[in-house]
Amino acid sequence: MKSRQDRLIAIAMIAPSLVLLAVFVYGFIGQTLFVSMSDWGRGAALAVNPELSFVGLDNFRELFTGFLDVRFRQDLVNMLAFSVLFVGGCLVVGLLLATLLEQGVRGEGFFRTVFLFPMSLSFIVTGTIWRWMLQPRGGVNVLPTLVGLPRIEFAWLTSRDQVWQWNWQDVPVILGVLAALACVVMAGRWWLAGGRKRAVAAGALAAAALAWTFTAATEIEVLPFPEYHGFNLALAGVVVAAVWQMSGYTMALFLAGLRGIPDELREAARVDGCSWWQLYRYVELPLLKPIIWSAVIILGHIALKSFDLVFVMAGPDNAATSVPAVSMYLTAFRGNQFAKGAAIAVVLLALVSVLIVPYLVSTFRSRGAE
Amino acid sequence: MKARWSLLLVVGLVSVLLALPAAALAQATGEVEIFSWWAGDEGPALEAIIAEFEKRNPGVRINNATVTGGAGVNAKAVLKTRMLGGDPPGTFQVHAGQELIGTWVIARRMEDLSFLFEEQGWYDVFPAGLISLLSTEDGVWSVPVNIHRSNVLWYVPENLERWGVSVPRTWDEFLAIAPTLQAKGVIPLSLGENWTATHLWENVALAVLGPEKWQQLWTGELPFTAPEAVAVWDLFGQILQYTNADAASLSWQQATDMVVNGEAAFNVMGDWAAGYMSTTLGLEPGKGFGWAPSPGTEGIFMMLSDSFGLPVGSPNREGVLEWLRWIGSREAQDIFNPLKGSISPRLDSDLSKYGPYAQSAARDWKTNTIVGSLAHGVVANELFMNDFATAMEIFLATRNSQAAANAAQAIAIQSGIGR
Repeated sequence: MKSRQDRLIAIAMIAPSLVLLAVFVYGFIGQTLFVSMSDWGRGAALAVNPELSFVGLDNFRELFTGFLDVRFRQDLVNMLAFSVLFVGGCLVVGLLLATLLEQGVRGEGFFRTVFLFPMSLSFIVTGTIWRWMLQPRGGVNVLPTLVGLPRIEFAWLTSRDQVWQWNWQDVPVILGVLAALACVVMAGRWWLAGGRKRAVAAGALAAAALAWTFTAATEIEVLPFPEYHGFNLALAGVVVAAVWQMSGYTMALFLAGLRGIPDELREAARVDGCSWWQLYRYVELPLLKPIIWSAVIILGHIALKSFDLVFVMAGPDNAATSVPAVSMYLTAFRGNQFAKGAAIAVVLLALVSVLIVPYLVSTFRSRGAE
Repeated sequence: MKARWSLLLVVGLVSVLLALPAAALAQATGEVEIFSWWAGDEGPALEAIIAEFEKRNPGVRINNATVTGGAGVNAKAVLKTRMLGGDPPGTFQVHAGQELIGTWVIARRMEDLSFLFEEQGWYDVFPAGLISLLSTEDGVWSVPVNIHRSNVLWYVPENLERWGVSVPRTWDEFLAIAPTLQAKGVIPLSLGENWTATHLWENVALAVLGPEKWQQLWTGELPFTAPEAVAVWDLFGQILQYTNADAASLSWQQATDMVVNGEAAFNVMGDWAAGYMSTTLGLEPGKGFGWAPSPGTEGIFMMLSDSFGLPVGSPNREGVLEWLRWIGSREAQDIFNPLKGSISPRLDSDLSKYGPYAQSAARDWKTNTIVGSLAHGVVANELFMNDFATAMEIFLATRNSQAAANAAQAIAIQSGIGR
């Protein structure tokens, strides 16, 4: 009897937040999905009751293959490049700082606070400060003149130089090769782990992906003309600012991780004759792995959703540094194309889910195992 | 008996209720919310007419709601979410032309103000061309408060003398003197962030096409892929060769600064630059800085205008109408515009209250051919304007005139120009 009452109370306690979540998170995700498959934005978009009709996946098709949505595609490329550099940068700098602080420097508390402090600023403030510092005619670029060197001429946020260019028409081939590579890696891991059957299956999948890539994929016409995208050097400025802001956070994570490693392990390793580097590489780093993963997840979804930093640093129409969240805002609220804006939102949601869902699944599984 | 008493009571109550709005008509009261992006440098002009209005209408309190951010991009986004959410402000700033008509009027979000224009005699004092930008067949939809000119070329007379060049009257003349300036280490034309590139483009297009064909672009009679429209991009590309490499990271003020400092010879910008140079930088008009119609556009006035309308469901309709009566008056406009650096659209404004630049602009306003600006929301709707940035991007990345023209035409079709 008691337990049933407990359960009722528990449900009553959870119900309000469940209802709120259902309406304000999942309800609105559903509404966004619906809008993204409508044509809201043709004609009087801001009418009291705008006329919507269902158009299926037209908006998505336009985003990925439409002549006029070249900006969205470059934004996607920018976002991926930014995410990789930002997450990588934060991990490296954070790990470096944590390792240095771990050596037992004097005034560790002071340095910890100093490095962690940028995180307490909002991206708006960080963006404004760094925009000033990265002005092509001042700030960082004139620093060398203080010691008599020539001024740096790099246009941090507005350079139009692009490296590693590739053709958007090759997207199916690239995706095919990536899928095949992923299958090969899985096959290799299962083979080594002894799961022969699984490994063979993965290998077969890889072969199939490759076969598809070099037959059917080359036939798909994504665009009627070549369209080149690449890494915009102008993103460097945004990456620097973002790493400056968030590397203190990864430092704190790593520091906690390093503190959590029991001293017995270190001592045992030393007794076994480990050098400083071996201890670091074979004992400490492997034990930090779960922390690295959570840092990647947390920073990764910040990077995918980044809007404020880019908007403040480079303004709304700077295509060289633009990301999908910025064009989502402009498409919906400046261009009145609410359906297309919603479609961009759905693409972003899908990308974030790719990152978050496997993480959630693995946490649930490990909890289940306990 | 009882029934009769209650009937009397009801009649009495109803007549009191009916009398209430009549009393309100006589004297506007309550709060009026004015939604705009006029903050910072542009704030004082609005504050001045608000102060005067509150003095004259002691019962009304103005809530000056501004949302800052370049050219109103954030204010417009906030406004749209408020309107969609059923919470319209009392009145809001909107550019005359397609930004008003193509976004708000076709969505039936505005109230017809023709009765106000009748009542105040505005049909006679505002130029017919301007009223047509505020109207559709069904009515007049907002009250204009100012006029800015887009096609102005700025320079410093002393510097030009020193470099031995004169003010170019056509882009050909500009291209002829540009190499000379470059040889002297001077940037021939300074340029700022992306929207200023669109601003330059509209000036070049007006010079190449002339006023009639410029209008035809926006009625759909002249496609963007017509040879003369493609030629606009060709000339635009030639001119860009003579601009500063770091343009995209400069604000329009910084681009103006380059002319003032003598780093650059010319700058094409709207006449808010006159306000910036004379008020903020303290330069003497005509001496510290000079101006001319942008090359090839003499006798043409490319205009933009800020206006205020009455949204459907506006709280305190009477108060807003009183505000609209005030900002349309000669008195209010002659307080507002000298501070804002613009001119009054009224043909009877008192020019003695304005500076030398505004006086010359006001003369041109009365005599020139009037056309609307693209970069500032007059001739094309917001869908076109938002996507035109893509056409510009295609051109800047590839320098391919035909590709940019094709993109512009595709955008025109998509946004329903000429439909």
